[in-house]
Amino acid sequence: MPTEVTGLVTAAKAGDRAAFDELVKVTYAETYTLALRLTNNEEDARDVVQEAYLRAYRGLKKFRGDAQFSTWLYRITANCAATQMGRTIRHRHEDLDDQTQLFDERPEADPEGRADNALLRDRVTSALGHLPPRLRAVVVLRDVYDLPHEEIAQELGITEAAAKVRLHRARKQLRERLFPMRGEEEARAV
Amino acid sequence: MQCDDVAVLLPEIVDGDAVADRRVQRHVESCLRCQAELVQYRKLLKALHQLRTQVLEPAPGLLTDILAGLEAAGERRAVRSLLSGRTAAYAGGIAATAAAGAVGALLLAHRARERRLALAS
Repeated sequence: MPTEVTGLVTAAKAGDRAAFDELVKVTYAETYTLALRLTNNEEDARDVVQEAYLRAYRGLKKFRGDAQFSTWLYRITANCAATQMGRTIRHRHEDLDDQTQLFDERPEADPEGRADNALLRDRVTSALGHLPPRLRAVVVLRDVYDLPHEEIAQELGITEAAAKVRLHRARKQLRERLFPMRGEEEARAV
Repeated sequence: MQCDDVAVLLPEIVDGDAVADRRVQRHVESCLRCQAELVQYRKLLKALHQLRTQVLEPAPGLLTDILAGLEAAGERRAVRSLLSGRTAAYAGGIAATAAAGAVGALLLAHRARERRLALAS
């Protein structure tokens, strides 16, 4: 697959539109996944993905190939999502609020103590949905997509120090929600 | 060193982003609560990392919308390029006409001067 993508990128850079369309077909589901994780809203994610590919198309000649195409696209997507989240005034509740009823995040909700990966994944996804967007963006880009602090800061338009602080807070909030220590559960219940 | 002091450092030291100093290390080694909390952070990071392999199903029609957006952008670019090409051609034509006019005027002036000199002599 990397070879396929690399070939498509080379052809697209040379002006082959069909190659770029093929690149979109190969990568759009992953790009949408990232956009949805960042925005936590399907409609916003769709807008972000469309804008990301437009920017990628316009800026493809600037892609030097020293990073993977997917990483380059993640950065563009993160930047578009940051813009979109700044633009969207959220009077509406975020969509995953509804999903919290589907996934009980408390550990005791798994009475056998054998939470499988799928359930844990759903719990983590749900917990991410509860984070404030600016914390969620940093922890998704760093801990899920492995982007360096410097690149995260650059795409979100914040300092590297601010990115680290947000990551710290996001991890703490996620840990408290997903794996509460004794005393934290009672505090949350109150 | 107290658990509360260590707890605030755990989200950073869990993946090696920050290095725990000796006092923190010693506390964690001897404190079951902080060890348990560190384990929870490690579980969290592992779970987050596993999300990377999950691809969510996009809503139907997204691919079509993306490709249509690109098509429209491509057409706009082509029209802009055509217009800028025409503009350049018009500008070139005007410049050439002006240059030809200037050369013509110079030639006429030169001939008139020669005629005046011939009459004078």
